[in-house]
Amino acid sequence: MNAVVAEKAPQHQRSGSALSAYIRDYLARLRGGELGSAPALVGLIVITAFFAIVHQGFLSAYNLEALVIQAAPIIVMAMGLVFVLLLGEIDLSAGTTGGLCSAIMAVLLIRHGWWWWLAILAGLAVGLIIGFSMGWLRAYAGIPSFVITLATFLAFQGVTLILVGGQGSIILPAGTPLIGLENSFVPLWLGWVLLGVFVVGYAALKLLDARGRRSAGLPATPVAVIVAKVVGVAVVGIAFTYEMGINRNLITNAFFSNKAEGEPWVVVLLALLFVVWHFILSRTRYGRHVYAVGGNEEASRRGGVAVSRIRISVFVICSGTAAVSGLVAASLLQSVQSNAGAGNTLLLAVGAAVIGGTSLFGGRGRMIDAVLGGLVVAVIINGMSDLIQGANSSGYEWVVTGGVLLLAAGFDAVVRRGRTA
Amino acid sequence: MKTLELKGVGKSFGPVVALRSVDFSAAAGDVTALVGDNGAGKSTMVKCIGGIYRIDEGEILLDGTAQHLHEPRDAAHLGIEIVHQDLALCDNLDVVGNMFLGREKIGRFHTLDENEMEQLAGQTLASLSVRTVRSVRQKVASLSGGQRQTVAIAKSVLWSSKIVILDEPTAALGVAQTEQVLDLVRRLADRGVAVVLVSHNMNDVMKVADSIAVLFLGRMAAQVRRSEVNQTQVVELITSGRSGDLGLPGAETIGAST
Repeated sequence: MNAVVAEKAPQHQRSGSALSAYIRDYLARLRGGELGSAPALVGLIVITAFFAIVHQGFLSAYNLEALVIQAAPIIVMAMGLVFVLLLGEIDLSAGTTGGLCSAIMAVLLIRHGWWWWLAILAGLAVGLIIGFSMGWLRAYAGIPSFVITLATFLAFQGVTLILVGGQGSIILPAGTPLIGLENSFVPLWLGWVLLGVFVVGYAALKLLDARGRRSAGLPATPVAVIVAKVVGVAVVGIAFTYEMGINRNLITNAFFSNKAEGEPWVVVLLALLFVVWHFILSRTRYGRHVYAVGGNEEASRRGGVAVSRIRISVFVICSGTAAVSGLVAASLLQSVQSNAGAGNTLLLAVGAAVIGGTSLFGGRGRMIDAVLGGLVVAVIINGMSDLIQGANSSGYEWVVTGGVLLLAAGFDAVVRRGRTA
Repeated sequence: MKTLELKGVGKSFGPVVALRSVDFSAAAGDVTALVGDNGAGKSTMVKCIGGIYRIDEGEILLDGTAQHLHEPRDAAHLGIEIVHQDLALCDNLDVVGNMFLGREKIGRFHTLDENEMEQLAGQTLASLSVRTVRSVRQKVASLSGGQRQTVAIAKSVLWSSKIVILDEPTAALGVAQTEQVLDLVRRLADRGVAVVLVSHNMNDVMKVADSIAVLFLGRMAAQVRRSEVNQTQVVELITSGRSGDLGLPGAETIGAST
């Protein structure tokens, strides 16, 4: 039995402190290929630092706002895609679904005179129905999701074109809360209050978790690590809220004194969506089953997981979230174009999720991936457009975004190989 | 009384007779080995017990009561756990997540009760004297073959299964890991579980089994106590269906097909 002893993994050593044990565990997980959000976070810091150095004003309040409202639709869509990607599926039509839902909303609002909130609800409902149909086709008809969503990608583009019609776009009336989402700002005091609630809630949750584990006699995250994480979140939050508090409206005179200060409302929406989806994925039975089906469908079925229902549900969530993303995009543009959600919309969102660390092969990914990856994509697009002026600027933007995506996907593949080896 | 008993069980796939009036029994506390050559009907029999196939004739008795097994869920409800060769584990979940898959404990606010699950998982592994799994929060992807097998077996203990069927548990393992898994199989039986060990490996069978059932071309050649036979006799039973006065009468061994 000597060989047995030698084969054993190293035992937990009680000698070191809880903190050093935690760090050892973390490093072991890193070596094992469980990188978490580390690469995306490092990437985000590096490219942000790069653009901040080469381009004065990249981190100015004005540009920061632009960056956030550009990133918002990408991040929202990526959040929905994480669910689908966790099952190893793909939704190529998330972009055009969002476009279609925003077009339906706009048509009901403008041409049929519906109340704005009813129009929004209708748009969201259409998103859910689309998701259910595609999920059903995948789960019960057994058509590969790539094909289903490629078909709907094309078809919805057409429906949007028909709905919006010849004039090419439907202008949304200023002043509705929908427009305000991307274009008006949270009052300064409220911004600070919300930040406080977020940070205190985060800290309380982490500390309660650790206390519960300790009282259950299980190894818990050391308080020092929790404090470090909370301080990190608080510092970023405070810096962001402070800078968003700077007035960005330069034309202020006796007649025209509108101030543009405070964070855009969409930040609140992002935080809400993030908290809800993160909670569902990480703390509920449903979330556990999503990971399980993505990891091993057969094992999940034998364990009693309703695999088909899970599969349909992720498409519903993805398309529903895509509808939200479409509405956010409409808010950003203050209109719905006849090509809404077509082109690069979906690809940027998939890119965001993958850059954030979500695997295209299923089973691995978290909600934070969508946020970090979406920020990386937005920073690249924003930074490149400032950096390279002239006729070819958007060309370079595309090349760099593609390069980063390939890098992230390649990274994913290498990590996977490391894990299976 | 036998925990699991098969009486005259038959199963055909069209013209192909996979099992013909098979009798088999497994007692609590025993490791019952099920052996036979490729195509002898071992997998078919396991799938019948697991409710994956429906039997054509005969009956399956649990604790003396005839049961109708229509689907895998029926078998699971009756305390039958099959640990498959291809290991029904999710690589991306940790040990706790896998052991509670489909039967998660729910705590406050409909959230997963991770602490209770982790405690129970730890206790179960400890009660089986498993020391090879360093942390129950390890992802299964990072475990070795033997450790994975251990987790799969421990899962059946956690859910207090009455009958655990292990389908080739050592097929892909090295010498040391095989040793570990066989130890675990023994401890499982010592807890009063009826363990059925499907195996090709004669060494494993002779080492750990209390009772040996030999399938030959879809028929039960013999079910004997381990103490009453030697390895040569078992091998003869496997290859020719008879050994001395054990096994099938000569004339009837011809004609069955799989």
